Amino acid sequence: MDPNEHALHNAPFLWRSPEPKASYEAVVVGGGLHGLATAYYLAKNHGMTDIAVVERGWIGNGNAVRNTTIIRSNYLWDESAAMYEHALKLWEGWTDELDYEILFSQRGVLNLAHNLHDVRESVRRVEANRLNGVDAEWLDADQVREFCPIIDVSPDARYPVMGATLQRRAGIARHDAVIFALGRACDALGVDIIQGCEVTGIDVVDGRVTGLQTSKGRIGAGRVGLVAAGRTSLLTAMAGFDVPIQSHPLQALVSEVYEQVLNCVVMSNAVHVYVSQAHKGELVMGAGIDAFNSYAQRGGLHVIEEQMAAGMQLFPHFSRARVLRTWGGIVDVCPDASPIVGLTPVENLYVNCGWGTGGFKATPGSGWVMAHTIATGEPHELNRPFSLTRFETGELIDEHGAAAVAH
Amino acid sequence: MRRLPDRGRVDHDQRVAFSWDGRAVEGLRGDTLASALLASGVLVLGSSVLMSRPRGIVGDGVTDPHAFAQVGAGDRTEPLMRMHEVEAHDGLVAESRLHQGILPTGPDPDRFEKRHAHADVVVAGAGPAGLAAALAAAEQGARVILADDHPQLGGSLLGEELLLDDRPAHEWARHVEDALRAHPDVLVLPRTTVVNVGDQGAVALVERVSEHVAPEHRHGRALRRLWQVRTRELVVATGATERSLVFADNDRPGVMLAGGVRGLLHRYGLVPERCVVFTANDSAYRTAIDLVGAGVEVPCVVDVRPDPTGPLAERARALGIAVRAASAVIGTDGDAEGALAGVRVVALDGGAEEVVACDVLAVSGGWDPLMDLHHHVGGRARWDAERLCFVPDGTVPGVHLAGSAAGVFGTEACRRDGHLVGLVAAEATGHGSAADGPDAPAARDAAEAPPADFVVTPGTDPVHAFVDQHRDVTIAGVERALGSGIRHVEHLKRYTLVGTGTEQGRTAKVNAGRMAADRFALPFAEVGVSNARPPAQPVTFGALAGRALGERFDPVRTTSIHPWHVAHGAVFEDVGQWKRPWYFPQAGEDMDAAVLRECRAVREGVGMMDASTLGKIDVKGADAGEFLDRLYTGVMSTLKPGRARYGVMCKADGMVMDDGVVLRLAEDRFLATTTTGGAAGVLDWMEDFLQTEWPDLDVWLTSVTEQWATVAIVGPKAREVMAALAPQLDVRQDAFKFMQLEEAVVAGIEARVARISFSGELAFEISVPMTWGLALWEAVFAAGQPFGITPYGTESMHVLRAEKGYFIVGQETDGTVTPLDLGLDWMVADKEFVGRRSLRRSDMLRDDRKQLVGILPAERLPEGAQLVDDADFEIPVPMIGHVTSSYDSAALGRPFGLALVRRGRDRIGETIYAPLQHGTVAVEIVDPVLFDQEGARRDG
Amino acid sequence: MFQIRCPYCGPRDEPEFKYGGQAHVAYPADPEALSDEEWARFLFFRDNSKGRYAERWNHAAGCRRWFNVVRDTGTHELVGSYRVGEQPEAAR
Repeated sequence: MDPNEHALHNAPFLWRSPEPKASYEAVVVGGGLHGLATAYYLAKNHGMTDIAVVERGWIGNGNAVRNTTIIRSNYLWDESAAMYEHALKLWEGWTDELDYEILFSQRGVLNLAHNLHDVRESVRRVEANRLNGVDAEWLDADQVREFCPIIDVSPDARYPVMGATLQRRAGIARHDAVIFALGRACDALGVDIIQGCEVTGIDVVDGRVTGLQTSKGRIGAGRVGLVAAGRTSLLTAMAGFDVPIQSHPLQALVSEVYEQVLNCVVMSNAVHVYVSQAHKGELVMGAGIDAFNSYAQRGGLHVIEEQMAAGMQLFPHFSRARVLRTWGGIVDVCPDASPIVGLTPVENLYVNCGWGTGGFKATPGSGWVMAHTIATGEPHELNRPFSLTRFETGELIDEHGAAAVAH
Repeated sequence: MRRLPDRGRVDHDQRVAFSWDGRAVEGLRGDTLASALLASGVLVLGSSVLMSRPRGIVGDGVTDPHAFAQVGAGDRTEPLMRMHEVEAHDGLVAESRLHQGILPTGPDPDRFEKRHAHADVVVAGAGPAGLAAALAAAEQGARVILADDHPQLGGSLLGEELLLDDRPAHEWARHVEDALRAHPDVLVLPRTTVVNVGDQGAVALVERVSEHVAPEHRHGRALRRLWQVRTRELVVATGATERSLVFADNDRPGVMLAGGVRGLLHRYGLVPERCVVFTANDSAYRTAIDLVGAGVEVPCVVDVRPDPTGPLAERARALGIAVRAASAVIGTDGDAEGALAGVRVVALDGGAEEVVACDVLAVSGGWDPLMDLHHHVGGRARWDAERLCFVPDGTVPGVHLAGSAAGVFGTEACRRDGHLVGLVAAEATGHGSAADGPDAPAARDAAEAPPADFVVTPGTDPVHAFVDQHRDVTIAGVERALGSGIRHVEHLKRYTLVGTGTEQGRTAKVNAGRMAADRFALPFAEVGVSNARPPAQPVTFGALAGRALGERFDPVRTTSIHPWHVAHGAVFEDVGQWKRPWYFPQAGEDMDAAVLRECRAVREGVGMMDASTLGKIDVKGADAGEFLDRLYTGVMSTLKPGRARYGVMCKADGMVMDDGVVLRLAEDRFLATTTTGGAAGVLDWMEDFLQTEWPDLDVWLTSVTEQWATVAIVGPKAREVMAALAPQLDVRQDAFKFMQLEEAVVAGIEARVARISFSGELAFEISVPMTWGLALWEAVFAAGQPFGITPYGTESMHVLRAEKGYFIVGQETDGTVTPLDLGLDWMVADKEFVGRRSLRRSDMLRDDRKQLVGILPAERLPEGAQLVDDADFEIPVPMIGHVTSSYDSAALGRPFGLALVRRGRDRIGETIYAPLQHGTVAVEIVDPVLFDQEGARRDG
Repeated sequence: MFQIRCPYCGPRDEPEFKYGGQAHVAYPADPEALSDEEWARFLFFRDNSKGRYAERWNHAAGCRRWFNVVRDTGTHELVGSYRVGEQPEAAR
């Protein structure tokens, strides 16, 4: 193997680093994956070329490099399933479309059920997925063991595995490669990617956005999309309105590199684990959200300890695996655990936030509908339900799932 | 390498025997796996990750990019163990595995544990700075914990030949250790690494308790221990790590870091045959000087600086060592195995290559302070253009850096810095005054000449010159990435994988960043390096999980009657943390048969169940009634003492949160029951409102869930059983009505008896102190024998309540269902209660909301099945609801269920469909109450 | 892992506490008088600022009392704690 290929990155050129122009037809604030995907589809689907992505750090410097790269679309409610399934279909074509090896691997995602309540809710979700055209299966405990032999399915476990839902088309991708792929694709379509450019103010005249104040000077903008995840509240405050999100630390970790033992993604709500093994061989695991609000990109070690104990419930022989790196992302969580994508009280200013723990998997779908919204001034049919106004009417898309186990 | 009989801190008389790649190898007591292998002639450890090039030991510490091995046998096997940390011992089993380890296939036979401690000052690292800091803080009276990775304290003092106070430095280290151990408030933890620093002084340490001995000698001790220390101040004295230089074939076994070569000599008595030194700074001259002192041939020191004139260079020259100034190594030659045989040296101003034969090349590109712990809590660093390394840029409150971790170089300077920092840390905890503290020892280190800003030998072959050896990243790889437009080191890291290896590229990252800075003609300070993320050293999952395994992962809660259930063959269901009997199968019965039998017994005779897990909250005080009125949708304050009422409560968003029966025990006292899984949440909810919204109310809340055991006697013959158990209790309908509460002696036990029914049948719920639960249960079982009393579990309870159309929170509701959706309009009183306002939001007023209905399907449906309008459909199809409960009914003689269906109550009598995978089933929508619609049975 | 000062028990580790979100957001005195928009603001909108933040904590595994904390959401500095009914200025 050519040592310098690293199998992954084979693009001779990625992106320019231009200085910002005085103004653009549209500016996307936030050079994370959703921001880049938005710019990409603005250019590709809507023919807009006079656009920029402004990023306060380096592109991908946020939740793009602080997630567990799980991609799935088996959500309960119709609105969510439609959004995430659209994203999954786009993921299925992205390696070719972006001409970049993003290591998208449809290895299947198991969501384990540990009690009768879990089983009931799992079957409900499988049936809903199936009728929504999303692939989904229910596996009993024996079938779980067949599909993923290393899970401890012994019936006397503290949290016995009673079965699982399986989405075979679900899987993982390499997050870093997606940053490079999207950055390159945007640049090739003429998008200016402006890194190290922090937005410090939003100019609003007569209720309409006209431009941005940034650390690199004023940038005029006909339309602005705020795609800044956990920092969205700080931006919308500049434009004079609020979004109902709270920013929390969400920690995850990666282990050292081991021979392949885990052939799929395993998730469990009751035991609170999600784990996969990346192509290089490292185990990638997510922890729970730290309860408090924070912008510090770090959480408490006790959350990691709980996560490890949980992981050992399902995989007792991970005892000697080692945590190599932990990290904390800032997740922006809505009251109903569903995103906000759409119009705002300010004309020509659009917002895309609140993806919580689900952002990575939604990347292409989120970019697609956000680009539509910015380009046309109207939400796409897929993001119409995810409006900011739903909190007044009560039309929530409550993905918290069922209430606590009860009898 | 060769072992000198009179050198090193190993015990030359104690041999240890172990296994390497299946063959027997010997070492000395005090060896690490790495040093024992080098002494045994094992130079090549394995091959590299991408290019399959032979690789060997590079240094003497945990930043070594190659020194990883699979250690241990069977389920004790542990991947990627640091060979410089693994202590050679009899019975050690190790295998060559540099980059990708193997996980065991079974559960861990060893144990990890956790300890908690408090300290005034934690000192990480026991080199000159750490020892001095710990001693200074301790002498000022602070409680100190001193931790160091190694079995012996001393850090760099053990790896160098130095004098302190005109004594060998390791003797000073021993002297300080003795002094520290004599302090009652000092805890010395060797073999312990500080791995993580959190907020407000939360420090995590991993102690290797017994991993350095063979399993049969562990004697039940934990393998490792995770210490969680809450400290007021942290002193980071973790030292510095050496970085390499970049030239062709710099990855050959035999190319080592200069400090590592010194360490191998002074710690283990290991020396090469012939060693060339290649350096950009003064420190590597010590390697040449020490080796010559040990009788090793050092043909030359290759120094990139034009005029190396420092005291060390002079000493080297005085020893007859040739110094080749303004020169560099441009490539290396190997032997048949690929190990180093010679280096090719060039003058930097041009000229021919000259080959110098050697078996070790000792390289020094400079020293990087190890500041990981500072970074964990947001500490910053800046590039220092004179010292040519990152140094701390300010400090985080409570976290001090000392010695070379702070960019202070020189042994005496480190000791002095440590002393001063120790005083400051002690003062910050209220111990002594730094200004008036004991005088700091002098720092008389010989001055060093400035290092050179040098990374890559010009003209070297870029395809075989390694920047990150662990990940096989070469100059060509870095150049390619930089040529693609990348401007940021984080992108460089992610594109090339430089710095992402098991050792986190600590010997590589700075060089990669400096190459980027050169390329773009930017000051390196602006380019920086990629972030270090915790932990400072990898930690096993097992150590983080500690003892929270198996049953200890989460406590199991059982009632006092549980042993009876176990003895009588109950199958259990997990409900929250509780184990509840699911059903009681008799010989030859499957679940369906058992449940049909249990249900029939309750409807036709009498059954009994353990209802002890239901949540119970004692609500006491003059305003208890008013308090409950504000939380429940119904009115509780009008309840008379001795009476009970069913209640539902909502979240502020109007969605059903929990339900249960509220009993009024006295004028100022209620007992609110909750669902089993909801008990803790409801108590929290009540406390929150009581303390923060209505602190003026005279109300006191106490959880009494575990104080009371409850046995329900249910069925047409329940009254006879009750009468037999409590002869003094008047159980006649006129005396003891539905929703009435009596205090009585039941089976000799003082009890509360309530007429509450969750099945529609005549029922008595008897509550006694939890310790009497089993006695009561056995008495009920005995008294019920003449009537064929049948114990039943949660499944039968569910069937019976579903026949009556009673919903279950969490089954019929999911956080999106209002009381009105459940048909509880009659329970929503005309008064304010939490969540009421939400019920008139526009979405709640829509006429097509999903509503609770009964269903009669043609066959029993799976719970969770979705419902559609038409039998003929194409996917995707709009779903109008789903099946929340589904059972076979003994009483109805057919399958039935409950469902949430859009506009359901208007559609009673209509047929809808459940599209299952094997075919579509017709479903009739009916009233939720399918059995005893007139409610005649509750009074018997 | 924070060390939080319970005003009643003293400093304790974070796992003993339960988080309660932004402080000083009272349940409206007369919910029926509020418009849908005003009610939605109470239900769903909370301050999400970076910097000093007054928030609620409950000493769930201790005295079970609710109290308030001023914490910097950017740095995790815990400025101080104060009792229900007091104002952030009382934090210590």
